[in-house]
Amino acid sequence: MTPFPLLSILTFLPLLGAAVVLLFGRRARSIALVSSLITFALSLLILHFFDPANTGFQLEEKFNWIPSLDIVYHKGVDGISVWFVLLTAFLTPICVLSGFSITKRIKEFMAALLVLETMLIGIFTALDFVLFYVFFEGVLIPMFLIIGVWGGEKRIYAATKFFLYTFLGSVLMLVAIIFMAHYAKTTDMTAMMGGKFPKEIAIFLWLAFFASFAVKTPLWPFHTWLPYAHVEAPTAGSVILAGILLKMGGYGMIRVMLQMLPQASAFFAPMMLTLSVIAILYASLVALAQTDMKKLIAYASVAHMGYATLGIFSANPQGLDGAMLVMISHAFVAAALFLCVGVLYDRMHTHDITRFGGVASVMPRYATMFMIFALAATGLPGLSGFVGEFLAMQGAYLVSSVAAALAALGVVLGAAYMLWLYRRVFFGYANKADVKAMPDLSVREICMFAPLLVLVVWMGLYPVTFRNVFAPTASHVLSVYHVQSEEAP
Amino acid sequence: MTASLAMPEIFLATAGLLLLIYGVVRGDRSAGSTAVLTIWAFMLAAIMMILHPAVGLAFHDMFVNDAFARFVKFALLLASGLSVAMASASPGKLGLAKPEYPLLILFAMLGMMMMVSSNDLMALYAGLELQSLSLYVLTAFRRDDAKASEAGLKYFVLGALASGILLYGISMLYGYAGSTNFTALASAVTGTTKIPAGVTLGLVFVCAGLAFKIAAVPFHMWAPDVYEGAPTPVTAFFAAAPKLAAMALLTRVLMQPFGGVIHQWNAIIMFLAVASMLLGSFAGLAQSNIKRLMAYSAIAHAGTALVGLAAGDQAGVQAVLIYVALYIIAALGVFGVILCLRRRGEEIEKITDLAGLSKTRPMLALAMALFMFSLAGVPPMAGFFGKYFVFLAAVKAGMIPLAIIGVLCSVVATAYYLRIVKVMYFDEPAEEILDEASALSLRVVTAAMALAVVLFVFAPAPLVDAALNAARSLVHV
Repeated sequence: MTPFPLLSILTFLPLLGAAVVLLFGRRARSIALVSSLITFALSLLILHFFDPANTGFQLEEKFNWIPSLDIVYHKGVDGISVWFVLLTAFLTPICVLSGFSITKRIKEFMAALLVLETMLIGIFTALDFVLFYVFFEGVLIPMFLIIGVWGGEKRIYAATKFFLYTFLGSVLMLVAIIFMAHYAKTTDMTAMMGGKFPKEIAIFLWLAFFASFAVKTPLWPFHTWLPYAHVEAPTAGSVILAGILLKMGGYGMIRVMLQMLPQASAFFAPMMLTLSVIAILYASLVALAQTDMKKLIAYASVAHMGYATLGIFSANPQGLDGAMLVMISHAFVAAALFLCVGVLYDRMHTHDITRFGGVASVMPRYATMFMIFALAATGLPGLSGFVGEFLAMQGAYLVSSVAAALAALGVVLGAAYMLWLYRRVFFGYANKADVKAMPDLSVREICMFAPLLVLVVWMGLYPVTFRNVFAPTASHVLSVYHVQSEEAP
Repeated sequence: MTASLAMPEIFLATAGLLLLIYGVVRGDRSAGSTAVLTIWAFMLAAIMMILHPAVGLAFHDMFVNDAFARFVKFALLLASGLSVAMASASPGKLGLAKPEYPLLILFAMLGMMMMVSSNDLMALYAGLELQSLSLYVLTAFRRDDAKASEAGLKYFVLGALASGILLYGISMLYGYAGSTNFTALASAVTGTTKIPAGVTLGLVFVCAGLAFKIAAVPFHMWAPDVYEGAPTPVTAFFAAAPKLAAMALLTRVLMQPFGGVIHQWNAIIMFLAVASMLLGSFAGLAQSNIKRLMAYSAIAHAGTALVGLAAGDQAGVQAVLIYVALYIIAALGVFGVILCLRRRGEEIEKITDLAGLSKTRPMLALAMALFMFSLAGVPPMAGFFGKYFVFLAAVKAGMIPLAIIGVLCSVVATAYYLRIVKVMYFDEPAEEILDEASALSLRVVTAAMALAVVLFVFAPAPLVDAALNAARSLVHV
């Protein structure tokens, strides 16, 4: 136990930072960086206090929020959520750094990023459903503004679509949450776990949550908002979107679908596996056809999240471990790739692949960096992407060999679109004047990439560090899941 | 002495009469001081309510003071006081610099307090008419303005029709149940298996008459024109206090005398709710005038509040009170922002006039955005909690389809709230710069509403508990 409310401090420190940024606008950049770094440093304390062998919730905090309805401000982390909290705290300073290149209304931008961090950490630490929903939806407001104010040409369309699309999914989830609160007579998420809901009800609840999480993840065919949001968002927005926002869907699937609605999850698992495989194949094929770098990486994200959902709904240790590793690795790799695109965008103000060529000869350091992350994304052994995808496919194989085989095809396609992207942008002769004039990475940019690089290699060589934290909880989740879903009437 | 239960009302009536004399003697010069004195009167009435928390019946059971009435009256006094403060900020330009203006609000306020405290259909009617007549005059307060006159006339004609329907319903109820007193009505309709058709018919007419007052579809036609035509401070007042008063009145009538026969009326309320939510959400999409937009928004919100009423239990009443109270905060804030914005002395009305507001007036734009997200019910803004309580009540009462229709309509309505945020934040500023300074009282009220909308999430319990207390006094489980 900690002597102080660590999780609340982590949640609200960025909010405080945002307030300070708004009040003292002139030093917005450094205030934002400092506050996000302090948050990150404090988040590492979780690892110190957290006991991976304990599969329950730890660092819990509770106090009455709306006593007459028994709605409690209840926070806590388990092995699953620890990583998401850390990822958020880790990626936000990097986003702040990449946002340094923004010149328009910097103060508001930094404040929006920090508010977003508060909301995200809030989601992953909330153990009361109302609290969870408040943070889950609260994400929309800062993200809407980030895309809409600092985005590209079609930003208004992208921002509005993002907001309304995800809002539509979430309100159905709200009805489900209200129903569960009414049925279970509590809004405490820990009290709802382990098959408290009869199957015929659980199936409808599951569908309502599916409406929200499938849009967030995003699963095919609910992904159409994502390419627009990514292409139009500023670099920092894309990084946080791909790195953390998409994980809200995966986290929700584990936390709510597997843990609270196991029978319905077992019922819908074949559908989820099918949708995941379609997502992998469809998104990879679409990625092959893109001429916009950001769109290509956005579709690659859809494909990678397909592996995550594939693993989650395989519902075996390999699958769930794989899904967690895919999500962690994807947070690093997608963040890095969007930062890479951002580097080019800062110099040329375009993401169009055809406008580049021969960049390797102009920016050798940058080309190396991009190569490593691109290979990590394709799942090269030794880098972070491989472990998770391998385990997720192994998990899927135990359930359905066809699904695993088709998912493996996605890996080939993944290599194809990534390497082809690399060839078109980096190889060949740099015969365009503006390409030739691009300077190589600056110190600030190297500072953004270095921590990601270290983690990508570390995770590739020694994934046990990452797995140890969540594996006991994951196997506990699964054992409860199997007991509940099999004794279903 | 039972009359002491009505102390705040008696005080307000006396204060109103005295201020009337004062206004006559001093003429138009007294406009400012009358407004200030009116606000003081509201404050004193509120203090009296706090100091004298007795509950019970008075005046031959025509008047009731219970926790429900106290909750609503307190909110009404607060909302009306704030609207007078907002209006008195720059009355000259709006043609409101007359002592009659705050006085009419005071008399409307008195009518509303009588409405929520009525325990008899006759008292109800008297209170309602005092409020309505004051509102008709307020709508047409700018006599030389064609739009305002048109709105006032329309409101008056349709309102008189609604009053007639209401009165007809009351006469049917009296004829078939034998009394106009709520307590007597309750004992006449509960416990018997066979309810006279005349009572049912009378109830339908009463519901229709009151639905007009809350602008529920299909009795909403006056709302957009009145919202647009009336001077903005009057619209702000309309959106706040009368809405709550009429909603509270409808709740009391349906829950107290007819609480035992929910099946007789909840289909009507459900229909009104669904129709209002659908029309308010979809018709709002096509609006370009921000006051008209707020009218459709008000219709949609009235529909959502009715969902709570349709539940017909304690949780439902609690939800209605929370929902309307939180709606009022955001609505007052929105009109505060609109009043702050003027171009060459003229108030702005088009949504496109807000373009680039986040650059020219960042704090106002921020406040407006917060109100919009609150109206859309996006957490962590206050509006979300109202939505939560209403749909919780609906789900508890087993009306899940109604809850689903409600949340889907709220997504549609979100599209127009987002459009305002989009115009303010994403569009470039218009060439003309909006006038800078606006009155201090106006800015203070707007800022206070914005803070309330944001900070509610940290301390929702007091309002929730007060509403629960109020609901308990009305519905005994």
